[in-house]
Amino acid sequence: MVEEKTATTLVSADNLTCIREERILFDELSFHIQAGEIVQIEGPNGSGKTSLLRILAGLSRPYAGEARYKGEDINRCRDEYNDDLLYLGHLAGVKSELTAEENLNFNLRISGYDDFDSTAILNKVNLSGFEEALAGHLSAGQHRRTALARLWHTNCKVWLLDEPFTAIDKKGVEELEQLFLQHAQNGGCVIMTTHQDMSIIGDDILRKIRLDYRFI
Amino acid sequence: MNKGISFTQAFFTLLKRDLQIAIRHKGDIFNPLLFFILVVTLFPLGIGPEPQVLSRVAPGIIWVAALLASMLSLERLFKADFVDGSLEQMLLSPQPLSLMVLAKVLAHWILTGVPLILVAPLLAVLLHLDDNSYGALMATLALGTPVLSLLGAIGVALTVGLRKGGVLLSLLILPLYIPVLIFATSAIDAAGLNLPYSGHLAIIGAMLVGSLILAPFAIGASLRVSTN
Amino acid sequence: MWKWLHSYADPERAYKLAGTLLPWFSALAIGFIGVGSIWGLLFAPVDYQQGDSYRIIFIHVPAASMSMSAYMAMATSAFIGLVWQIKSADWAAAAIAPIGAVVTFIALITGATWGKPMWGTWWVWDARLTSELVLLFLYLGVISLYASFEDKVLAARAAGILAIVGVINIPIIKYSVEWWNSLHQPATIKITEKSSMAMEMLMPLLINILGFGLMIGAITLVRFRAEILARNGMRPWVRELATAEGVK
Repeated sequence: MVEEKTATTLVSADNLTCIREERILFDELSFHIQAGEIVQIEGPNGSGKTSLLRILAGLSRPYAGEARYKGEDINRCRDEYNDDLLYLGHLAGVKSELTAEENLNFNLRISGYDDFDSTAILNKVNLSGFEEALAGHLSAGQHRRTALARLWHTNCKVWLLDEPFTAIDKKGVEELEQLFLQHAQNGGCVIMTTHQDMSIIGDDILRKIRLDYRFI
Repeated sequence: MNKGISFTQAFFTLLKRDLQIAIRHKGDIFNPLLFFILVVTLFPLGIGPEPQVLSRVAPGIIWVAALLASMLSLERLFKADFVDGSLEQMLLSPQPLSLMVLAKVLAHWILTGVPLILVAPLLAVLLHLDDNSYGALMATLALGTPVLSLLGAIGVALTVGLRKGGVLLSLLILPLYIPVLIFATSAIDAAGLNLPYSGHLAIIGAMLVGSLILAPFAIGASLRVSTN
Repeated sequence: MWKWLHSYADPERAYKLAGTLLPWFSALAIGFIGVGSIWGLLFAPVDYQQGDSYRIIFIHVPAASMSMSAYMAMATSAFIGLVWQIKSADWAAAAIAPIGAVVTFIALITGATWGKPMWGTWWVWDARLTSELVLLFLYLGVISLYASFEDKVLAARAAGILAIVGVINIPIIKYSVEWWNSLHQPATIKITEKSSMAMEMLMPLLINILGFGLMIGAITLVRFRAEILARNGMRPWVRELATAEGVK
C-alpha cells in the first residue's frame, strides 16, 4: 500500500504511531494520498480512525512519526496546510445560539472567504426556509447539514471528514458523494471515516485504509 | 472563490460572533457581576460597618472580589467552543491562532470586565472609599482587568478539556494575579493619601502590554494541548 | 545542541543515561549533605546574636535557594520539551515538580521555625517567606494540573506550559512582593542579612547548598526513570527490561 511520494501527493503518513491510554492504536503506519483520491479509513470501533484523522489534521500529535502535507511535516507548514485543509469532526462547530445562516457566514468568513451567497449554499444542502432558524432548534440532520454546507464553497484541496454521513438521509448522502467525486476530479482528495455504504462511489474508485483493533 | 478576508476582518468577525452569542445568553454577563456585588456586600457584614475600617480595606476588598469574579466568569471562555467543536475549527482556520484567541479574550473582557468597572464606583460608595481614590480605582480596574482576562485565559485554556475545572483553575491562575493585585491596591491607597500614583499605573500598563504580547501564544499552545 | 538533545529524546537512551548518572548524584549528594550538615550543626561557631538557633540556616538557605533553582530547571526542561517536541524533557519537568514543592515546603517550615525565636511569632509577612509561599502555590498548580489529565503525555505538555508561564511571572511576583513588603513593613529584619558571614559558617552552607542541588538531581533521576517506564510500559525494550529483572 505504501507507494512512492509523487508530485501530486497531498497528504502522507510517515511511520505514524498512536498510543492512547497506554494502548497502541496503530504502529508505524505509512501511506501517501494523491490528488484525486477518495480514501475511506475503515476499522472497528476503537481502532483509531478518528485519532488518525485528527493526527492528519494536526489536531493531535502522534506518539511517533510525522503527518506530511506535500512532503513537509505539517507542524512546519501549518499556515499553508490550514489554508488548504477542510476538517469536519464528530462535532462540527455549529453554534446553537446562531441561525443556520449566521453559522455558515461565520465559518466561511473565518476560513477567509468574502464572496459567497449563503442563501444559495443553504439551498444546496436543503436548508432553504431554515436560514433564520436557530441551529439549536434544527433536527440532527439539519444541524449536520449546516456544518457540511461549507463543502459547497471552498477551494481547500484536502478534506478530512469524520463520519460525514451521520444523520444525513439517503438523498443527502448521494448528493455528498457526487460532491466528493467532483472534488476529486478537480484535483482534491477526500479522506473520511464512515460506517455507511456508499451507492455512487464504487469500490473501484474508493481506496481503503484498514485499521485493526489491537489488543496490546 | 477568493480568500479576501484580512486578519483584521477575521478578528472582528469572531469578536462579533462572541458578542452576539453572549447577548442571546444574557446570564453569562450578569452572573459574574452579581457575584462581584454580592461578595463586596458580604465584607461589611463580616467586618462591621465602621466607615474608617471599611474605607481602609475597601481597595483590597474590591480588587480581591474583582479577581474572583473575573476568574469565575473566565471558566466559560472556551468551554462552549470546546464542547461543540468550534475550538477545533478555530485551531485549523487559516487565521493566526493568537489573533483569534485575542478576539475571544477581548469579547469576554467587554462582556464581563467592562460591567465590573462600571459598577465598581457604586460599591466604593458602599465601602466609604476615600473621595480621592475613585479615579485610581477606575484607572486600575481599566488597566488591570484585561491583564486578569489574559492571564486567566491561559489557565482556562489548559483546563478546558478537563471535567473538574473550577478549583484547579483557581490554583493555576490566582498566584499569577498577585502582582496586579499589589500594584492596583497600592495605587488606590496612594491616591487616598493624595500621593501620585502614575508610577503604579505605568507598571500595570507594562503588565498589560507584556501579557497582550505573550499570553496569546501561551493560550494558543494550551488550546492545542487541550484539544489533543 | 539540537542533535545532541535528540539523541537523548529516545526514551530508552534517556532511561539508560539517567541510570548511569544516578549513582554519581546519589553518592555526591550524601557526601556533601553529610559533610555540610555535620560541619554546620556541630562545628561551625555560634552566632553572637542568635546563639545556636541560627543553625537552621544550614537547612533553610539551601532549601530556599534550591526551591527557585528547581523551578528554573523544571521550566527549562519544559521549554525544551515544548520547542523541540521531546517527550522525555516533558517527563523530566513533571518529575521535578513534586521534589521542588517539597523543598519549597521545607524552606517555608524552617523559615517559620526560625522566625519564632527571631520575631516571636511563627509567621511574618516577610518578603522572602511570602515569595516562597507563592512559589509553593505555583508548584502545586503544576502538580495538580499534571495529576488532572488522564493521558500523561498531554499532562506533561500542559504542566510544561504552566511551568513556563510561571517562570516568566516569578521575577514579577518576587519584585512586586518585595516592593509591597517595603511599603508596609519598612522595619522588618531581613531573614538572611547580607552582612559578612564568617568563613566557618559560609563554607558548610555552600557545601549544603551544593548537596541539596545534587540531592534534588538524584531524586529527579529516580522519578524520571520511573516516569519513563510508566509511560512506555507497552514498548518492547521495557518488557525486555522487566523480563531481565524477573518481573512478570
